Amino acid sequence: MANMAKVLGLIFANMHEQTVTDLTKIRAMASVPFGGRYRLVDFPLSNMVNSDIDNVGIVTKDNYLSLIDHIGAGDEWDLSRKTGGLHLLPPYGNSHGVYRGRLEALAHIKRFIQDSNAEYLILSDADVIANIDYRPIVDYHIETGADITVVYGKGNFTTEQTMTKTVLSINENNQVYDLLVRPEISGEHNVSLNMFVVGKDFMLNVVRDAESRNLYSFEVDLLQHKLSELKVMAYKFDKPFFQIDSMDTYFKSNMKLMDKTLRDQIFLADSPIYTKVRDDAPTTYGLDSNVKNSLIADGCIIEGEVENCVLFRGVKVEKGAKVKNCILMQDTVVGKKAEMNFVVTDKNVIISEYRSLAGTESYPVFVNKGATV
Amino acid sequence: MKHVKKECVAMLLAGGQGSRLYALTQEMAKPAVPFGGKYRIIDFPLSNCVNSGIDTVGVLTQYQPLVLNEYIGNGHPWGLDRVHGGVHVLPPYESIQGKSWYEGTANAIYQNISFIDRYNPDYIAVLSGDHIYKMNYAKMLDFHKKNNADATIAVLEVPWEEASRFGIMSADENNVIYEFAEKPAEPKSNLASMGVYIFSWPILKKHLIDNENDEGASKDFGKNIIPMMLNSGNKLVAYHFDGYWKDVGTIDSLWEANMDLLDPNVPLDLHDKSWRIYSRNPVMPPHYAGVHSKIENSMISEGCNIEGLVDFSVLFAGVVIEEGAIVRDSIIMPNTTIKKGAVVEYAIVGEDCVVGENAYIGARPETIQDKDTWGVAVIGHGITVSDNAQIEPKAMISKNV
Repeated sequence: MANMAKVLGLIFANMHEQTVTDLTKIRAMASVPFGGRYRLVDFPLSNMVNSDIDNVGIVTKDNYLSLIDHIGAGDEWDLSRKTGGLHLLPPYGNSHGVYRGRLEALAHIKRFIQDSNAEYLILSDADVIANIDYRPIVDYHIETGADITVVYGKGNFTTEQTMTKTVLSINENNQVYDLLVRPEISGEHNVSLNMFVVGKDFMLNVVRDAESRNLYSFEVDLLQHKLSELKVMAYKFDKPFFQIDSMDTYFKSNMKLMDKTLRDQIFLADSPIYTKVRDDAPTTYGLDSNVKNSLIADGCIIEGEVENCVLFRGVKVEKGAKVKNCILMQDTVVGKKAEMNFVVTDKNVIISEYRSLAGTESYPVFVNKGATV
Repeated sequence: MKHVKKECVAMLLAGGQGSRLYALTQEMAKPAVPFGGKYRIIDFPLSNCVNSGIDTVGVLTQYQPLVLNEYIGNGHPWGLDRVHGGVHVLPPYESIQGKSWYEGTANAIYQNISFIDRYNPDYIAVLSGDHIYKMNYAKMLDFHKKNNADATIAVLEVPWEEASRFGIMSADENNVIYEFAEKPAEPKSNLASMGVYIFSWPILKKHLIDNENDEGASKDFGKNIIPMMLNSGNKLVAYHFDGYWKDVGTIDSLWEANMDLLDPNVPLDLHDKSWRIYSRNPVMPPHYAGVHSKIENSMISEGCNIEGLVDFSVLFAGVVIEEGAIVRDSIIMPNTTIKKGAVVEYAIVGEDCVVGENAYIGARPETIQDKDTWGVAVIGHGITVSDNAQIEPKAMISKNV
């Protein structure tokens, strides 16, 4: 098996922000809250840690304050290490400003990559929620002698969805022979999970070359345009995953966590998903509380009715309030007798007493961070 | 090695067996017993230290220390992984004089004089590892300094009829203690010691050494050190505490203290962000309340899956309550499963247990004729209760049934 001490993990914190602009106005994609107590970065980061990768860099562009706050020194992921561990990589002082794509981002951190003792790199965005073991993928990459290994999943997608994705055509040997970037083609497809394995020296050469030619996109300038010159292999991930590509999939992916069999394949006891600890007390259910089919984090106080909801840490639902089909982020307060249906509240939102707020399944109402309704 | 001086070092007595918790302390010391849905008892004094600005804590262990050692680890969950100070687990050790267990609370501190001296403190706080309370030791230290005391003892007014269960202080109008009686048959005061002491270290150190040289002494704070200090004219003052405090040394008090968390009138608010109780957090997803669940008046922790009915109960992380199961007035410790149709009433079920389908544990007091036979039923850790089994109230189960 591959020596995972020779693998450097790189997480791109800002990719795909344009797909969920409500949530990324004030934060990086990687720090978008998900599933009651997580941020999206927790998934790739925990997967890397659980795959014995102990050298991880998080590549950021802007809006990374909440990410810094979330990650800290990396203790919660056991990545606060003497050697290696976790490094947050903000845009570099004398470089060419904010990067435009993955290749350019890699150019900014060339030094960091060069100085690591890694032989392979795992590149991952923060848009996929899954429990993935990277070890067999690195093995596969080495065995097949690939230049690039793309992790993909199979599924049925709408045109709106494929327009945010990279779609792969794969031959019987799992080699990629065609690749479409953000095409408008609905149906069953192999889509890139935006996770790649590459050799370090290969990647550094590509990055140097791209720099001199002013190329920046990993998908277009490398995968697509160089496909015939390279051996690009596809590795199928066949366990459940959610790929966040719109507010709609964001909402539905949260709701899908009510399914225990699905939940049990993402939150595994022997490869847990780590996150920042907040030291909240357990959730308190009051007299007359009535909660059905909901996922509820610590620190909540529930005195009203809650159905089909995801409640993040520290949410308060006061007496007589009725909350249905909602995602309520950290420390949201729902006042007495307020009623909500199909609403997503960002952090620290206050819904005043007796208020009523309703969206629809296809268009949930979104309430901005810190707002009072 | 030269150490950075600390004004106050805390010594936490965590070696007690907790024999009155029977099945729950067979394999762990009392301070490691789970409490309040996500804590262990020791989280309360440890968090109090941190919140009071005390960053150097010695934890004295002796009885079944494995769980406690692993739990405290490097002290990170409490912010006690420090370059200078931090938390140190201090088990008894072998020295040139031979091997010696901690013989009493005072002896435990005596054997660690060199640990304390490394920090050259002016004061030391001696705390018990088995009480549930939130207290600002910094205020107590200010009081100690202001009164120019040699020792300050935190006291609580208890009902007169209960006073004979405690160490009782008699103090004058300036809070100066003039008499101390350990569990007196006829108490002269109702000021009970909470087992929280602050001493001026040079003075305590002298008394510890004197006490150690006294052959007949039982080497205990309540029985020896406090009376010695009174007799030798030291200034001992009583520091009044009026918050919530509970000794959870018995099954009944452990059960009550958990239930107190569900009572909005009890002044122990765990949701208070200004005085958080820290703990080693489980790495689990949020808890799930199912389509058929009914949960009221309860505390539920992360990782639970609830399809049954839960009322007036405290559920720790990773507990599973299957459909049709009923849990009332009970405490269910981490990773325990209550299977379909099982009923748990007035019970404490330990960690990693399985309660089989349609089993019946405990009973409501109103259903029992002879009240003497009623009590909280206890299932120890790692026990399997088979399908359809009946566990009587007040039972103490420490092997599979």
